Amino acid sequence: MLGKTAGGLFWMFRNLERAGNTARLIEAGFRIALTRSSDPESEWKSVIVTSASQMAYDAKHDGYDSARVTDFLLRDPGNPNSVLSVIKFARDNARLVRTALTTEVWGAVNETWMVLSKVLKEPIPETDLPDVLATIRQQGALVRGALHGTMLRNDIYDFCRLGTFIERMDSTARIIDVKYHALLPATSFVGSRMDNVQWEMVLRSVSAHASFRWALDGEYNAPNIAQFLILDRRLPRSLAFCASQLVDNLNYLAEDYGTRPESLAMAEALNVRLKNRDIGTIFEEGLHEFLQSVIGDGRALGFQIEQDYRFNA
Amino acid sequence: MSLSEGVRTPYQRYQSWFDQQDVGRLSKKAQEAEAFFRRTGITFNVYGQADAEERLIPFDLVPRILSNTEWTKLSRGIEQRVRAINAFLHDIYNRQEILRAGVVPIELVANNEAFLPEMMDFSPAGGVYTHIVGTDIVRTGENEFYVLEDNARTPSGVSYMLENRETMLQMFPELFSKIKVQPVSDYPKNLRRSLEASAPAGCSGRPCVVVLTPGIHNSAYYEHSFLADQMGVELVEGHDLRVMDGHIAMRTTRGYKVIDVIYRRVDDEFLDPLTFNPKSMLGVPGIMDVYRAGNITITNAPGTGVADDKAVYSYVPDIVEFYTGEKAILKNVQTHRCAEKDTLQYVLDNLADLVVKEVHGSGGYGMLVGPAASKKELSAFAAKLKARPSNYIAQPTLSLSTVPILTEAGLAPRHVDLRPFALVSPNAVDIVPGGLTRVALTEGSLVVNSSQGGGTKDTWVLEG
Repeated sequence: MLGKTAGGLFWMFRNLERAGNTARLIEAGFRIALTRSSDPESEWKSVIVTSASQMAYDAKHDGYDSARVTDFLLRDPGNPNSVLSVIKFARDNARLVRTALTTEVWGAVNETWMVLSKVLKEPIPETDLPDVLATIRQQGALVRGALHGTMLRNDIYDFCRLGTFIERMDSTARIIDVKYHALLPATSFVGSRMDNVQWEMVLRSVSAHASFRWALDGEYNAPNIAQFLILDRRLPRSLAFCASQLVDNLNYLAEDYGTRPESLAMAEALNVRLKNRDIGTIFEEGLHEFLQSVIGDGRALGFQIEQDYRFNA
Repeated sequence: MSLSEGVRTPYQRYQSWFDQQDVGRLSKKAQEAEAFFRRTGITFNVYGQADAEERLIPFDLVPRILSNTEWTKLSRGIEQRVRAINAFLHDIYNRQEILRAGVVPIELVANNEAFLPEMMDFSPAGGVYTHIVGTDIVRTGENEFYVLEDNARTPSGVSYMLENRETMLQMFPELFSKIKVQPVSDYPKNLRRSLEASAPAGCSGRPCVVVLTPGIHNSAYYEHSFLADQMGVELVEGHDLRVMDGHIAMRTTRGYKVIDVIYRRVDDEFLDPLTFNPKSMLGVPGIMDVYRAGNITITNAPGTGVADDKAVYSYVPDIVEFYTGEKAILKNVQTHRCAEKDTLQYVLDNLADLVVKEVHGSGGYGMLVGPAASKKELSAFAAKLKARPSNYIAQPTLSLSTVPILTEAGLAPRHVDLRPFALVSPNAVDIVPGGLTRVALTEGSLVVNSSQGGGTKDTWVLEG
């Protein structure tokens, strides 16, 4: 496989994952602003901060509200992280690697781009927002279904998965980090109404509010939620799950190619940090510091994968 | 509803099927086809438009049908022509006998922009210059076929030939059980075999073939990726390649891998910044040295453009005779070379009745269709002609035959051309039965280019 093709697959799936994550963030923000928050402006601000676009947003807008934040994150062509922008990147990547994709995967990505470009063409009235977010989610499911159902389990598939999990790990870590203060087991806050709102926001941002109820029997408290999002391998968006998937896919590549590159060693080290530990030791280490180091390790791992597999000349 | 001019024999079975169809259903099928093309991304980019939007080439679902007898004559004529063109290219880049014999004027080659001195005294692997040729053919009567152009550089459109057939098979499977049509689906396999057969002599094992594209913004990118996909070979860009130990290698996830044959869809000018355009980012620095050392096959060979120049075109019947000793099977359209002084005057006097084309033009750009032009356009073009006469040739407007297309009002006649694709390898010339039929969708129009609003049709060659 061409190095460029591996890079195209990796970035195609990073971008697709990013589109889904942004939609999920907006969904959580919208719900909280509508139902729980006494301070919707700060909720919308935290959505912007989490999506790592505060500088770009502040350069353009003054203050945070539902209409402007959703517009910026969904359809602003000047925002390289808007859903519209990343879907276009994903589709350009898909065209670049067209020969590595099955007809079904290519068709699903191309259709996603066609559908979303149309849906996101005009500003979205609040009443239509739930439908639009549902469409983004459905299109994501379509691509994932085509990927899992039709692609050979070879190096092509591995690069798709690596892109997905590098992006997802980064996203989950940032979501927790923005709210880390609410997750600290500081006695003064425990069980307060304010905490509950923050926790619900975090869980909804990773589509885990229902699974949390099932998995932890609804024991809402800070250590449980942090444990769930960081260490629980049953949750497909937890940091531990992402790290172990990265190790798996890098291992498949290593077996396939008969080499053990630096990126595999880095992923294994990260995986070890997230394995066999309890949330207490992470709080001792400092939750914020811990998350920052995971974000840094993830970024370094992404760069190393690019080098090991010669994405660029 | 039936055809106004009476039904040609090859169309009879189709006509009887068509008569039983509901036009509403057919129109719905046409919309389905369009949705299929969009979803599959069978689009092309139009240059020179602000937002470089991707467009569909309109597809007409009435096939263009040729009998086996008609096809046999056509394909023999094309084979003769492409063999002669290859002999011509080898000759002008080596001994230049045809120039010395005075059959083709030396200025036509010496002053030709497409002539590459870098190709002198060199013979590519197997002596093949044009591995892929798309010969544009028009018809004026029952047995009157004319060659309009020999596309010997990088002919495009073969993906539409294949996709149009796939679409027809999906939409009207019953038609193909009623009417026996010769398949075209072997083309990608034949292309790969033909390219492999042209690998450098020193290549051991199965040759490694790649398709070289300028990238996703090129108007024919879809076709590049389609052909690579169908052949099962890598689609590369210039920056994926480099010279390594006297060979060309591509950057893979496992390291650099040597390649043997490049089916390039990049123009000569951009192929090697060290030899040609130094600003080119699309090519591979140093590839021409590797090529001349015989360590890579470039298809089509650099410098083949000399043979599809529209001024050289007018000599092709002589070229055929010179190298094969036979009369050309396919006729040329009468061509006035504006470079000749008396001819220029004739063309200026009769501009309103002629089609005038740039010698190196393609895609229907920069041409004048006299009968369709306004007075103002005619006089503007006359000025351009006088300023650079050698840049133009003129041809009479032929009374082109028409074939039916489906319109809202039922079947209606439109002008078409046909581009069959010939594959040339050291051992054989292989022509898939069919080709790309392009159709001028506007009533009365003669311009079939997709960049100018033309459409395409499936092309059927019936079993014998």
